[in-house]
Amino acid sequence: MICLHGHIVFSPSTGDKTLDGYQKKKYVCKLLFIFLLGHDIDFGHMEAVNLLSSNKYTEKQIGYLFISVLVGASSDLMKLVIQSIKNDLVSRNPIHINLALHCMANVGSKEMADYVGGDIPKLLTSGETIDSVKQSAGLTLLRLQRSSPEMIPLGEWTSRIIHLLNDQHMGVVTSATSLIEALVRKNPDEYKSCVSLAVSRLSRIVTASYTDLQDYTYYFVPAPWLSVKLLRLLQNYPPPEDPSVRTRLTECLETILNKAQEPPKSKKVQHSNAKNAVLFEAINLIIHMDSDPNLLVRACNQLGQFLQHKETNLRSHNYALISDAMWPMESWRLFKGQTERDVSVRQRAVDLLYAMCDRSNAEEIVGEMLEYLESADYSIREEMVLKVAILAEKYAVDYTWYVDVILNLIRIAGDYVSEEFQLLHSKYHLCSPNTRGLLLSTYIKFINLFPEIKTSIQEILGSDNNLRNPDVELQQRCIEYLQLSTVASPDVLATVLEEMPPFPERESSILAKLKKKKPTATAEGGEEKEKEPRTIPQAQVNNAEPSAPVPLQAVNNTAPAGNAGGAAIDLLGLDTAPAPAAPAASSGLGFLVDVFGDQPATNGVDDDALTAGAEENFKKFFCKQNGVLFENDLLQIGIKAEYRQNLARVGVFFGNKTTFQFTNFTSNLVLADSSKSALSVQPKAVDPVVDGGAQVQQLFNIECIDSFSDAPLLKISFSYSGQVQKLNLKLPVIISKFLEPAEMNSEAFFTRWKALSQPEQECQKIFKAQFPQDTEQVKQKVLGFGLSILQGIDPNPDNFVSSAILHTRNQQVGCLVRLEPNKQMQMYRLTIRSTKPEISKALGDLLETQF
Amino acid sequence: MMQFMLLFSRQGKLRLQKWFSAYPDRVKKKTTRELITLVLARKPKMCSFLEWKELKIVYKRYASLYFCCAIERDDNELLTLETIHRYVELLDKYFGSVCELDIIFNFEKAYFMLDEFLLGGEVQETSKKNVLKAIAAQDLLQEQEMEESRGIMEELSYFVTG
Repeated sequence: MICLHGHIVFSPSTGDKTLDGYQKKKYVCKLLFIFLLGHDIDFGHMEAVNLLSSNKYTEKQIGYLFISVLVGASSDLMKLVIQSIKNDLVSRNPIHINLALHCMANVGSKEMADYVGGDIPKLLTSGETIDSVKQSAGLTLLRLQRSSPEMIPLGEWTSRIIHLLNDQHMGVVTSATSLIEALVRKNPDEYKSCVSLAVSRLSRIVTASYTDLQDYTYYFVPAPWLSVKLLRLLQNYPPPEDPSVRTRLTECLETILNKAQEPPKSKKVQHSNAKNAVLFEAINLIIHMDSDPNLLVRACNQLGQFLQHKETNLRSHNYALISDAMWPMESWRLFKGQTERDVSVRQRAVDLLYAMCDRSNAEEIVGEMLEYLESADYSIREEMVLKVAILAEKYAVDYTWYVDVILNLIRIAGDYVSEEFQLLHSKYHLCSPNTRGLLLSTYIKFINLFPEIKTSIQEILGSDNNLRNPDVELQQRCIEYLQLSTVASPDVLATVLEEMPPFPERESSILAKLKKKKPTATAEGGEEKEKEPRTIPQAQVNNAEPSAPVPLQAVNNTAPAGNAGGAAIDLLGLDTAPAPAAPAASSGLGFLVDVFGDQPATNGVDDDALTAGAEENFKKFFCKQNGVLFENDLLQIGIKAEYRQNLARVGVFFGNKTTFQFTNFTSNLVLADSSKSALSVQPKAVDPVVDGGAQVQQLFNIECIDSFSDAPLLKISFSYSGQVQKLNLKLPVIISKFLEPAEMNSEAFFTRWKALSQPEQECQKIFKAQFPQDTEQVKQKVLGFGLSILQGIDPNPDNFVSSAILHTRNQQVGCLVRLEPNKQMQMYRLTIRSTKPEISKALGDLLETQF
Repeated sequence: MMQFMLLFSRQGKLRLQKWFSAYPDRVKKKTTRELITLVLARKPKMCSFLEWKELKIVYKRYASLYFCCAIERDDNELLTLETIHRYVELLDKYFGSVCELDIIFNFEKAYFMLDEFLLGGEVQETSKKNVLKAIAAQDLLQEQEMEESRGIMEELSYFVTG
């Protein structure tokens, strides 16, 4: 029995025999409805196929609909379906024939084309076929041709198909034109004779008054769809050779252009859209034919006018058209100063600029594009940067100008540096000494701004060509800059170079990277506090929680405690993001601390099972001490921890997000058996009553006696609104928290490293990067984990070398760490050595999850 | 040709999906999700045309429903906007001031209407009258069939009760 909301929908036990056609139709229809709601259906297909053989129209109809929507072309049932289709096609009942044709057009499988396709051309062109069937046949044939081009030989039918252009039924002509256009594309010669017919048809439409075509007139525009189809058909051929046909076509096009100048017959946007759609297609044809200068000029002017049009849609289409036309500059002058607010339209405008660029206007255009770039959306920046670079390189006559452009480019769009840098440096040897000097200064600034290309720049600076350059100025600069980059720490470098013209702050390059991950986001501040509805994540949540609040508004919510009597729960005074229902935070900005899972309130059914999301949040604390450990609609739990040698003080803050009290509030720390002897915990009791909107604190004093691998479990339970809520969370007290970073020089490090040469003392992990391999972020994580960053030990500057001392009551263990990122493969190799194998392993396991 | 047409509400619920090419289920689901997100994020005054992958997306909002079509690069997008409008007009004429509920509860009629108007991704019949005539003929057949079966039931019951 299948029950839907308490109603019995389908009962397989009754079997086929007792279900009559009507009931079957009803059930199949319901199944279809359920499917369209988004659920998967894996039964009922056979019943649907059975319906096909019914004589009743409605049953057949539902059967075919089900098939079209649910049955894939490769299904086993397809053979039966095809049999039904074949039967219906020869049935002489036009209604049944149409159903069969529609099904074929919707499914369009190769098998259909193979078995049944051959019957269609005859149907299409026979004098006995009624108009509605002809219409369907035409497009069905088209669909089958598209899915299996060689299946249906059409040679003998060519002239008859072409002749359909003359049919008196406009619907038939409409379908036929689409079919013919597709056939023409594949074989223009064979269908040549369609040109004159198409032109005469078009001419009749265009010159018709709006009462002539009756129902085929759309908001005072005669047969716009057919007109557009005919115009497209004609774009597959050169201008007609026959002079009379040619004249007729020219007149046609002129008429269309004339109509565009006339005052509109209706204020409705439908009228102007339809009219302009025909106009644009006509202009396409004019451009394609490229034969009549008069027409061309008129078309050009028309497009120029459209650039100023206040309808955004029109402008957008316009840009696309002009850039396809690849035209000279008249329109460009009109274009100057055009500001587009809509980003997708702007993209098209930029494409147009790019297409229009040639030697004569390169400087202007590149200048314009750079201006655009400054205010450009991040989503199109990358493409724009590339385009500007390409243009600059292609049309650069004067290298000073070229260098200027590239520098500007890098200033504005600092992200995509390495390509630009290569481009820039490739011209280096061509430059005059002055320019080279300028370039060198630029390079040193690059080192400051973009540490990732530091090594390549250092190579250049250190190359013989530079160090021994006959030009003293260059030589000096190289040597000084090289020293500066090697010796100075990043801070010093930044200070030294600070008085240079403004460069983007370090923040923004990281921000820019963030934005790159999420191109649809708008570029305003990296803070999560913004309330802009960036994406609508709830659209992805599907039907997860029927009781969830209306999604779109949730993104605009202020701090969660806003509704709890105004007492803002400010845990730890941190910048933690407010919006609770913001999975936008979790999607894409992976390495920004995302502490907000969107878990529903859990009632831990299993006493010891971890609450959903606890594991992920736990891991986030490996490289930091403070933050939010857990949050749901009722409760927010934050952690603030301090560690000194082998002692720890962990404060757990519970915030009641609701307006009602929590009663019987208990919170206990439970140690795993393996950890019981390793950790000594002194808890303080917590108040059993937590008022609405209030925050209570529980302090744990912890001493690390020995090494351990299992984190303590925080078990929380309380009553809210009569229901008992239970939470089991992992408290992020891990062995690495008791690490104290140590400094040492290269000699000391390698001595110790070599001393720890036994295989069990080393733990090595090779793993794929889960987060972006940004040097700065990796460094922060390493420091946050409790390790030092040692310089001058690993020759490869991308690698991290650290050392630390693990403090426990019983012993102190020295640990050495080496982290080697492989950016090309997006992987890491992590090597840890310490005197105690279990500690190497424990640290390895923990650290592996953080990168 | 049109590749597909999606109708969805402002809450992102899909009300109708018509695929004019064969796509695997997985791809259909992914595409639907992506496009719904993309279109719902657009502000009211923005252009109705979007570039997405190698297709152009044309969308228009009518009350609480978004009509979203995907067309190929060389198709005429202004005209597609009017194709959408024509479809809405057809539904409006048929249901009488159509609203989202009509489409939810009479989804099969919406599909049948679409089949009369578009076929294989191309516009088939642009005369409103002709399309509505065809649908009306279908409805008539349906009523006749119901009459027939009712007729038989009545006969049977008469037979039973005497």
